[in-house]
Amino acid sequence: MNQQPVPLHDHGQRRPMKKRLWWIAISPTVWAIHFLACYITAAVWCEKIGEGNLRPLQISVGIYTAIALPMIIWVGYSSYRNFRRGDPPVPFDFDDPTDRTHFFGFTAFLLSALSVVATLFTVLVFVLVGSCD
Amino acid sequence: MNDPRADRLLKAWETPKGWRYWSAVNNSEVGLWYTLTAFAFFLFGGVLALIMRVQLAVPDNDWLTPDQYNQIFTMHGSVMMFLFAVPILEAISIMLLPEMLGARDLPFPRLSAYGYWCFLIGGVFVCGSLFFGVGPRGGWFMYPPMTTEYQDGIGPDIWLLGLSFIEIASIAAAVELIVGALKCRPPGMRLNLIPLYAWYILVVAVMILFAFPPLIAGDLLMELERAMDWPFFDVERGGDPMLWQHLFWIFGHPEVYIVFLPSIALVAMMVPTFARTPMAGYGWIVLAAVGTGFLSFGLWVHHMFTTGLPGISIGIFSAASEAVAIPTGVQIFCFIATLLVGRVQRNVCLKFVLAGLATFIIGGLTGVMVAIAPFDYQAHDTYFIVGHLHYVLIGGTIFPIVAGFYYYYPFVTGKQLSERLGNITFWLMLIGFNVAFFPMHIAGLLGMPRRVYTFPGGMGFEGPNLISSIGAFALGTGFLVLLWDVFRPKGKQPLVPRNVWNAGTLEWSGEVPDQPWGIRSIPIINSRYPLWEQENLLADIDAGNFYLPDAEEGRRETLVTSAVDAELMQCLRVPGPSFLPFWAAVFTGGVFIFSTYHWWIPAGCCSVLSFATIVTWLWTGTAEIPEKETKPVGLGQSLPLYVSGPAAVGWWAMFITMLGDMTAFISLVFGYFFYWTVHEDFPPEQWNGEPVVGAGTIWPLVSVGLAVVAWCAVVMARRLNREDHSVGFYSSSLLAVAVTVASGAALVWGPYSNGMDPTVHVYSSTTGVLVLWTVVHLALGATMLVYCIARRLFGKMDAKHDADIVNVTLGWHFLMLTVAITGSVLALFPWVA
Repeated sequence: MNQQPVPLHDHGQRRPMKKRLWWIAISPTVWAIHFLACYITAAVWCEKIGEGNLRPLQISVGIYTAIALPMIIWVGYSSYRNFRRGDPPVPFDFDDPTDRTHFFGFTAFLLSALSVVATLFTVLVFVLVGSCD
Repeated sequence: MNDPRADRLLKAWETPKGWRYWSAVNNSEVGLWYTLTAFAFFLFGGVLALIMRVQLAVPDNDWLTPDQYNQIFTMHGSVMMFLFAVPILEAISIMLLPEMLGARDLPFPRLSAYGYWCFLIGGVFVCGSLFFGVGPRGGWFMYPPMTTEYQDGIGPDIWLLGLSFIEIASIAAAVELIVGALKCRPPGMRLNLIPLYAWYILVVAVMILFAFPPLIAGDLLMELERAMDWPFFDVERGGDPMLWQHLFWIFGHPEVYIVFLPSIALVAMMVPTFARTPMAGYGWIVLAAVGTGFLSFGLWVHHMFTTGLPGISIGIFSAASEAVAIPTGVQIFCFIATLLVGRVQRNVCLKFVLAGLATFIIGGLTGVMVAIAPFDYQAHDTYFIVGHLHYVLIGGTIFPIVAGFYYYYPFVTGKQLSERLGNITFWLMLIGFNVAFFPMHIAGLLGMPRRVYTFPGGMGFEGPNLISSIGAFALGTGFLVLLWDVFRPKGKQPLVPRNVWNAGTLEWSGEVPDQPWGIRSIPIINSRYPLWEQENLLADIDAGNFYLPDAEEGRRETLVTSAVDAELMQCLRVPGPSFLPFWAAVFTGGVFIFSTYHWWIPAGCCSVLSFATIVTWLWTGTAEIPEKETKPVGLGQSLPLYVSGPAAVGWWAMFITMLGDMTAFISLVFGYFFYWTVHEDFPPEQWNGEPVVGAGTIWPLVSVGLAVVAWCAVVMARRLNREDHSVGFYSSSLLAVAVTVASGAALVWGPYSNGMDPTVHVYSSTTGVLVLWTVVHLALGATMLVYCIARRLFGKMDAKHDADIVNVTLGWHFLMLTVAITGSVLALFPWVA
């Protein structure tokens, strides 16, 4: 047995966001908020206000997207840098802090890419569909 | 065994004998009961399916009456979804997860046991209704007004109350599994090393937390309509059946993934073992699990494409439905890639895995078809949908679970299932399944509607239906062979060798026959497949060279580690066998079951008894002050026995439970805004000539103000307790209790003084339900404070050991938010609207 004991957790240590579990959930959360904002705005516009004219609705969705997409892309880009930094990741990782960082970076990058696609899918509906019905 | 440490450990984890066996709370016992019970319900649901297939085998059949058929098809769907698909994942996880993580048990064993007993009692109650001819008849989706206006009897109440009760078990298990996966991992097992099964279960448990509460909120609304005549779904009085559909499908669509992902998780454990190589694309699979978890919430409206929603809303949900195919496909490609790069070992288990993947792909493709709105307009409510959903659910869920039965059977019993019988089962199931469900697509395309108890001849439906029925019986025979294989006597069969499949993950480290301690000593993990990659691991585990090899004080203990890097944090003492969870479940069941029949006195008695049992359980089994601050856990290290705040598992459980609770509340608030969106007259000025005033502006805001005072007093009480200022703590807590009561009274007084009758109009009933929810939570908040006062009075809480008040304060943060939202919606929104 040549194991080194595992260190005790240091309660005082603050971990940067990129090394926390939440980091990988940011991009999909932005997608979810963007999705809900689009849905609620469309529902309220079509049921309460809209009279065939979709332009204000499209402009609102454009604004949401102008906020959401750069956020997702920023998370994706900084995750990509996190995952490319240092040694390239091996096919399966080991018990090492850099492996964990690679993993977070890689997964967050992939999730950001998925979130970009899903957000663009939502936006396309507003580009292609010209009326509430 | 000559090691006194091992003797003590065995003694601490001994399974109770005789009739006390049923007081066991350990994951291996509860997980096994849970699995067997869920499987029994599955067989029951399967028999119902066969009865339906007999009825539909020939046209104009009168073997079943329409009423019987409706009860049977409702119960088939309800049983398969609520009593099999969700519980089996929780059952398997409760059994496997601690072993995969090298934990002695999950952090709240009594909660698991409580969840199990709730599930058993609720399941027997719901299924039993069928034998008395009073089962629900509204379909497993229970659409109003079919289930509110056009159905007499107590069938829908049984469904609503029975299944709400079972959902409590599901949420309890979700809390247990999230905290287990995040905090009870072996030291060193960072997040990038955890078994993929744990990733999937983590995602699914979080999904349960956000998906089930909307259904509970819907159940509450429908039961209030049925029992109290509050008109949430009654169009005459401003209600709208569409709200049910929204709440139901906000639950119902994620539900599909909640049942699918854990089965895929089993596949992710089996594929590397049989391919003899680590899983290709670990990060990609985590992407798929997390991505699917998120996207699956954006799909609920695709069940409502034909209900007349604005086309643009339909477009958004159609887009999200297409997007979810991306992560779903990614994981399938990872499995295929792993099988391609590895040296595959063929056996029955792998055959079921492959059958599951192939079938799921077909179901997934028809899923993409029905996600396209114009196609859905054609196929909706036809047998095409029935075919699609069975391909997805049987391919995605049941085939992998059967594979899991073959794979994990030796893990549970030390014996192996027969390969020969397994092959017979496999071919019967695969052929039977395709023969049963493929023709349904054709029948659907020919125009055969769903949910009909019979069909006329001469429309081309005869052929596909007869073939389907024959296939269903072949499939059923396959399950019979499996059943025989599982339960046939195996006394003479030799035990399997340790780690029979030569797998790489930790659950296979157990000895054969297994010992009740879970694992001899909790190892340090530094790779994804420790049994393959860490030298001498098993020998060191067995020699007790790692953590917690002993139980000096005779207590059950496990390690708590940090959520990301699995650094050591605490030695957690977990409770041992007890009948308290059983009685708590019996009495909780009593509340729901007696309420179904409107027997209010027995229901009231049960709620008092249930409350008393749960308080006794908390009082005796949680936040116990240990006899010493720290204890040596092995390898020269010592860990604290008591922690509070975010380091404590109890804090996490409170946080997670409150998230679920908040989700149910937000669903009710969604209802309020839903009515406003779709109805011109919400809030109405008058109804039947009477003015409808609402809750007013003053009293709801007074209630919020008082709740803020109470909340500040609670935060103060926590601080004063920590400063060991006992008089200050008691005064502050008592002040908080008094002001909480006043806040509740103010909230009720608003609508009451304005003569708001909840039965008049949906505006008053919606206001009523928000007030009701908030007041019940305020009462709970006050009770928790009284509990803390009592804890301190009896010396069970002090300045250093303050987990109770810390957790209660956390609950109060959420309570404050609830009161603030209710108060401001009721007081201010009518002005905006």
